[in-house]
Amino acid sequence: MSLDLGLPALERAAPRLMRTEPLLNMRDISKSYGNVRALRDVDAAVYPGEVMGIVGESGSGKSTLLRMMNLEDTPDSGNYTLRLPGRENENLFDLTRYERRMLCARNIGIVYQNPHLGLLMKHSSSGNVAERLLIAGERSFEVLRDKAREALDASEFPLDRMDARPIELSGGMQQRVQLAKAIALEPALLLLDEPTTGLDVSVQALVLDTLKRLQRDRKITMVLVSHDLGVIRTMADRVMVMRHGEVVEQGLADQVFQDPQHPYTQQLVHAKL
Amino acid sequence: MTTTPLLRVKGLTKTFRMYHLDSMLHAFEDISFDLYQGEFLLLRGHNGAGKSTLLRTIWRSYLPVAGQVLYASSHGEIDLANAADVDIALLRREEIGFVTQFLNARPRVAAQDIVAEPLRLAGATQAEALDQARHWLDQFGVRPELWRAYPSTFSGGEQQKVNLARALILPQKLLLLDEPTASLDVGARAALVRRLADLKSQGVAIIGVFHHPGDVAELIDREINLNTRVIADQSAEEDHVAV
Repeated sequence: MSLDLGLPALERAAPRLMRTEPLLNMRDISKSYGNVRALRDVDAAVYPGEVMGIVGESGSGKSTLLRMMNLEDTPDSGNYTLRLPGRENENLFDLTRYERRMLCARNIGIVYQNPHLGLLMKHSSSGNVAERLLIAGERSFEVLRDKAREALDASEFPLDRMDARPIELSGGMQQRVQLAKAIALEPALLLLDEPTTGLDVSVQALVLDTLKRLQRDRKITMVLVSHDLGVIRTMADRVMVMRHGEVVEQGLADQVFQDPQHPYTQQLVHAKL
Repeated sequence: MTTTPLLRVKGLTKTFRMYHLDSMLHAFEDISFDLYQGEFLLLRGHNGAGKSTLLRTIWRSYLPVAGQVLYASSHGEIDLANAADVDIALLRREEIGFVTQFLNARPRVAAQDIVAEPLRLAGATQAEALDQARHWLDQFGVRPELWRAYPSTFSGGEQQKVNLARALILPQKLLLLDEPTASLDVGARAALVRRLADLKSQGVAIIGVFHHPGDVAELIDREINLNTRVIADQSAEEDHVAV
């Protein structure tokens, strides 16, 4: 197509120094809905303690991929493993619906853009967090209350409002309740689907700061989906760029933003204000 | 020099492809040099000669199109030019540092916590890390009443001091400096030179770009001039310099 764009960047080698295996490993994930190919041969590997950012426009497949990571949906083909004790080699897509639900409750937390997806809006905030613990089998009222309080506190939610219903709270506070619910069981993996989209900029900065703190203090492995490059740049160690259901580029966050290789990524980075 | 080099750069070439212009930009071509432990290498060249680009390519914010950057890490030798992203991330945490003139201030994180963070990540206790952090903030001339404040609102010069304290708190094997003295006052500049001399004597290898190389004149062992694309290696003894 083009005249002379010179050599492409060098191919990157397989990891050699990294001693640990990825916590999350997805291979050859493909999914179609009718005639629409939502995901095509997607691979993803996320190492313990990393924040992986996924960027792309609406319809790129980034949220679909995140839902697969949360086992809400299964692909037409592909393999998904999490390095959890005793389950290292298990393709999680082969589990029964019940097993998937239990595995998620215990090991994966998720924060959605839309709090209605993650919360019961007319139950108390502490109750929402405790529900997660109930599913995992906790029955003592004292323990439920304490753990809910601790998770809300870690999410920097004002404890004097822990009995307020999410419907009465601001958008930023609703996201903190979702976050508390997501981390209450100290999950191995935290998934964030546009967690600050739609919030005021100042509130957005505070929520991102809370996420940063949690990441630093608890070393939680995170996968963050956002169309907002600023959010990804602030949070992510590495970035996957998706378009039309495919990963067009991935790299260290600073490299993807400063030296994007794919024409689509260049366009995306240049379009950023 | 009898030991093996810490870094062997061979034929390193960087071009940027700019799809929207349907063109490419040559940054530098076929750069080769060796760097030993405890050596201080100055990159010279006029604006646009590719000094910062070379640093960023070694740091891997930029992906090279040809060449090798063989680095003797404590886990074994690895080519930074094509190493896996997670390996680069690991080396950045453990043994390679990069200092720019810009602080990546984060909302609601106190100056002393920003500075202490690399030590915390390396396993120091909170008390130990804070102690060191305050020591270096003091050395770079940040007033104690600012230590617990959030640097997002500091002046450029004060931010740069916090940045340097953070970047230099943990001795690394390789340190890349991109104009660290810009916007520093005299006292902070002197503290920086002292700290660099100290790190150098501990064996840290340093590659630097300086607006006023005079600031670090006494530390410089060798120079590479990126303006001249010819072999600049005239000294037979120092045969590890070739540009």
